[in-house]
Amino acid sequence: MGFLTNLINGISLGSVYAIIALGYTMVYGIAKMLNFAHGDVIMVGGYICFIAMNNLGLPPVVAVLLSMVGCTCLGIVVERLAYKPLREAPSLAVLITAIGVSYLLQNTALLVWGADPKAFRSIVDLPSIKLLGGQLTVAPISIVTVLANVAIMVGLTLFTTRTKMGKAMRACSEDKGAAQLMGINVNTTISMVFAIGSGLAAIAGVLLCSTYPTLMPTTGSLPGIKAFTAAVVGGIGSIPGAALGGILLGIIEIFAKAYIGTQLADAIVFGVLIVVLLIRPAGLLGQEIREKV
Amino acid sequence: MDKILHMSASTRSKLITYGMVVVAFVLMQWLSSAHAISSSTTGLLVPICVYVSLAISLNLVVGISGELSLGHAGFMSVGAFTGIFAAQLLTDIIPTPMLRLVASMLVGGAFAALAGFLVGIPVMRLHGDYLAIVTLAFGEIIKNLLNNLYAGFDANGLHFSMTSAQALAMEGGKIVINGPQGAVGIPKLSTFFAGFLLIMFTLFVVLNLVDSRSGRAIMAVRDNRIAAESVGIDTTKYRLMAFVVSAALAGMAGALYAQNFSSIVPKKFDFNTSILILVFVVLGGMGNIRGGIISATLLTVLPEKLRFIGDYRMLGYAIVLIVVMVFSNNPQVRLFIDSLREKLLKRGGTNVPADASEGGDAS
Repeated sequence: MGFLTNLINGISLGSVYAIIALGYTMVYGIAKMLNFAHGDVIMVGGYICFIAMNNLGLPPVVAVLLSMVGCTCLGIVVERLAYKPLREAPSLAVLITAIGVSYLLQNTALLVWGADPKAFRSIVDLPSIKLLGGQLTVAPISIVTVLANVAIMVGLTLFTTRTKMGKAMRACSEDKGAAQLMGINVNTTISMVFAIGSGLAAIAGVLLCSTYPTLMPTTGSLPGIKAFTAAVVGGIGSIPGAALGGILLGIIEIFAKAYIGTQLADAIVFGVLIVVLLIRPAGLLGQEIREKV
Repeated sequence: MDKILHMSASTRSKLITYGMVVVAFVLMQWLSSAHAISSSTTGLLVPICVYVSLAISLNLVVGISGELSLGHAGFMSVGAFTGIFAAQLLTDIIPTPMLRLVASMLVGGAFAALAGFLVGIPVMRLHGDYLAIVTLAFGEIIKNLLNNLYAGFDANGLHFSMTSAQALAMEGGKIVINGPQGAVGIPKLSTFFAGFLLIMFTLFVVLNLVDSRSGRAIMAVRDNRIAAESVGIDTTKYRLMAFVVSAALAGMAGALYAQNFSSIVPKKFDFNTSILILVFVVLGGMGNIRGGIISATLLTVLPEKLRFIGDYRMLGYAIVLIVVMVFSNNPQVRLFIDSLREKLLKRGGTNVPADASEGGDAS
């Protein structure tokens, strides 16, 4: 039964990674930047939800919506102030700016909410489900996480293939110049991607904190880096790739913790990234673009 | 005098860089012997030297070779822990502290070079952001492995384990590296003079490499990989060369850094430390070695001096980082700086080659 429990926990953690990875993969696909501040948006989302539930006493659904709205606004503001002026700048300058934004969010959180960890109350307040005569317990938050992941994946796929805005996004990530010539407002499209990514980060933050209930200013850093790893493993720029990479890494992490050791789990997760990139340099589902000479 | 006037621009630029470091060293040595600076500043001297060397060595990868590395602290930690281990093993063989420190730095540098080589072989198959994320992953892997490493020595020889201190099965002897607790009770061997020597050595290696046939090949690969390949340059070999040399120098700096403190944990050398070094390089100007030295010094001293503002310090650092990046990449600001530089150079009457202002040239 240990195997099944670990598998369920792995899929649940992997779904959180997948939702975070979506934000990374979409932003990288369109703006070609490693947005290191994405992990910290997760943390902000967690704090907004925590305050809405504990200090304002709002019901969980409203708290989650509030946190999504907050993070979406945060994403738009950050993009407007820090990233938009750097559209034409070398990628290293954008990377350092993103790291600056990450420090800014962490330290603002430190000043506003303090360094001591907050005990996050799960958004799903139901007893655990017992299966197979009580041998297998499933936390309801795991089910909610997996369902949320599936809903988001389906929704985003429909959005990018069916709607005008979604098609504009795909056009921009393929060729910005050509997209502009077709009458697409590239700047608005990029801002929109940041907004969606940040809104998803808020959901991921709430789900992450509901599963692992400690909330600190640095809560988002490591999951952020791991989700980015997941995005690269799955093939950066690909929505199914983010889902596959996220769930794969989540399962590997939980199994490594259970059978090899807690200390080495992170090393194994990053080891998987290296192996995958050596075999398939564009990731599992990524499209390899041939360099034209 | 005639010789000085007629030497090449690159030689003059090199001498200015060396001279700057020597003058700074003599000045600080004089000030500290005259007790003109506080003890907290004296305590910063070795870390400054370490960070300056790290900035120079990372510049070799980021600026000269044009690859983004996010795992420099990993090589630093390999050098730090192998260096500590070597120094403790050699306690009886080399009684002079200074010589023992040099030996431990050489060992640290050698092991870091080995790590750089092993990491470099797979990493050099990738390019751009993929390379960056893999170096990040390797940095985290090195930190995780060292977090699980237990090592010690006794009369029977060396003992290593990846599980626990008990598994070492030591008979007396000494546990040098104790897993997540790191190394404790390190004798303080590092001195400001050793730090100065390290900076000079790092400068010597990097500046001469840049000015050699190999260095020109490395820069050719950076500027246009396909063109470089088509004239017969082995791109992987030269990128790997820059990577390994940089790792070795980082390892030496790590050995010096660790032996400045009585204890050190593997967690110290995490992603944030790698980023810190990268920020020195970027703020100093990519490929600009002198700029890297200045920014590493300032960014090590300022946060210590601003300790009194507490938590606002890092907030300020973040804001400064964003503002500097946004403004220095603004086309109008760039034009203004370029025109200002042109005016100044005309007045100075020196004939600096035009490409020197692009930041691609090592100075």
